[in-house]
Amino acid sequence: MRNLRGRTGIILAGLALTGLVFALCLCLGSVPIAFKDTLDVLRSALTGAAREDYIGVILLRRRLPRVLCAGLIGASLSLSGAVMQGLLRNSLADGSTLGVSSGASLGAAVAIVTGFGVTMGELTGTTLMAILFAGVSLAGVLGLAYALDRSLSTQTIILLGVVYGMLVSALLTLLITFSGEKLRTITFWTMGSLASVNWANVGLLLGAFLLFGAVLLPHAPALDLFALGESRAVHLGVSVRRTKVVCMAAVCALCGVCVSVGGGIGFVGLVTPHMARLVVGPSHKRLLPACIVGGANFLMLCDLAARTLFSPRELPIGVITSIIGAVVFILLYAKRGRDDADA
Amino acid sequence: MRTLEASSLSVRRGGKLLLSEVSFRLNAGDWLAVVGPNGAGKSTLLKALAGEWPYAGDLDLDDRPLRQMKPRERSKLVGLMDQAAFGQFSFTVEEVVRMGRYPYRRGFLNGGDPEEDQAVEQALRDTDLTGLRHRSILTLSGGEQQRCALAQALCHQPEVLLLDEPANHLDLNFQKELYRITDRWRQRPGHAVITVLHDLSAARRFSTAALVLHQGRPLAYGAPETALSDKILLAAWGMDVAGWMREMSEVWS
Repeated sequence: MRNLRGRTGIILAGLALTGLVFALCLCLGSVPIAFKDTLDVLRSALTGAAREDYIGVILLRRRLPRVLCAGLIGASLSLSGAVMQGLLRNSLADGSTLGVSSGASLGAAVAIVTGFGVTMGELTGTTLMAILFAGVSLAGVLGLAYALDRSLSTQTIILLGVVYGMLVSALLTLLITFSGEKLRTITFWTMGSLASVNWANVGLLLGAFLLFGAVLLPHAPALDLFALGESRAVHLGVSVRRTKVVCMAAVCALCGVCVSVGGGIGFVGLVTPHMARLVVGPSHKRLLPACIVGGANFLMLCDLAARTLFSPRELPIGVITSIIGAVVFILLYAKRGRDDADA
Repeated sequence: MRTLEASSLSVRRGGKLLLSEVSFRLNAGDWLAVVGPNGAGKSTLLKALAGEWPYAGDLDLDDRPLRQMKPRERSKLVGLMDQAAFGQFSFTVEEVVRMGRYPYRRGFLNGGDPEEDQAVEQALRDTDLTGLRHRSILTLSGGEQQRCALAQALCHQPEVLLLDEPANHLDLNFQKELYRITDRWRQRPGHAVITVLHDLSAARRFSTAALVLHQGRPLAYGAPETALSDKILLAAWGMDVAGWMREMSEVWS
């Protein structure tokens, strides 16, 4: 395993894997498209002469934005999970720990129930409300944590996040109870779906990923120290409170945008960092890029499974990620138990 | 550094006064031993000095208040090795030691520390961890973890090195080596050491000054032979400490 830690080898392997998965996800679907045709459509689109036949329409209007959204959401959720696990020194943390994902889900459900129909470009009212609620949730949780505990201690933040998540779940259940014929839409949305994404969603996700990724990645050395313990981070000169607020705000914003586009997709931010640690070790300088690549590939494959396993019927992607995630997590935990016993 | 001066230092946590009215002056080349029974406020003092816990009173390094310094600047000047566990992630020994260079990294990409590799190698050699550099810290024994924490502190290279019970878990060979390394450290120009010690013989043997704490208050401060007198030790521990130490040493005579 140590040989794999060579930086160049890992980067090349990651890029090759991503290229392979990306191509696979573009070619496979309810309408299989030959690799040669896929390349031809992409080439024609890049040269400004997009093919308008049914293959061109399927690839450029449906499948390509969907695969890109899956990759960007997977990368964002995994990056967020790894940051939160290091920051909170807790292997069970992920981007949803602060309750922001739940907040975004509530926002989307409110939009669906009330028929909130404002659109901005191609972004729907559901997306806009999810982003709004995610922001309000972040401000609420961090603001309350600061009011209760000026040092913003890890325990306070985790506790408030869990309590807030429970409160939002209760409100969501209340909404579902009174949602009538919209029940199916809300339920499907809260389990996650990329069935109706478009290029505007790709733009939103890409912008958020580039912006907040640029905020999070330089914090890798500080996250190593947080993972060792908050007191060590203080002793070695990390500005603990500022780092926490900046990283948590970036993670929450990133997760809020992801949930606003794809709904509640569980386990990606929890499991991918654990799998990535097995390959590249716990150092965040390698772990964060590995999570970006691993998360993107994981979700692209999960989405492929969601749309092809029972084609033409489509499964909510959250069902796939949760089933795979739960099994993988138990296997990883069992492996760690065996390693600890051997040590 | 030339001097580190604490005046009327107090620490309050959760409404409880843990440390009160502590004053001392540390010059370059000094080794201050902080001693006292459990709950006397020894570790609290080091946490305040290291910037982990807020304090009242004055704490100046070369006449500059420590609380006004930015975290990285402060960390380069005052660094603490404490008893905290290493967490649950399986970093290698070398990765943990290398983290000691954090305050010296600069810029957006956290690079630009030309002395990093040399400092890491030296710290690993000094603590005899070169052979364990690729081992996960989670698989180390208590003594090896303690050496790893010491190596990180040495790699960190602060001007004032704070050590909280550094000899814990170490076998006698490494205890002896620890005191040798620490003594060499404080003799480097512009360097000084503050250690919390339970081993009063070591405090008496190696330190240049001693501070005795009792229930969060200073009981004595000065040269080891006067601050660690029989009378003061009796007041701090409520027992004949010197008599007990003599009785134990007679076993070997």
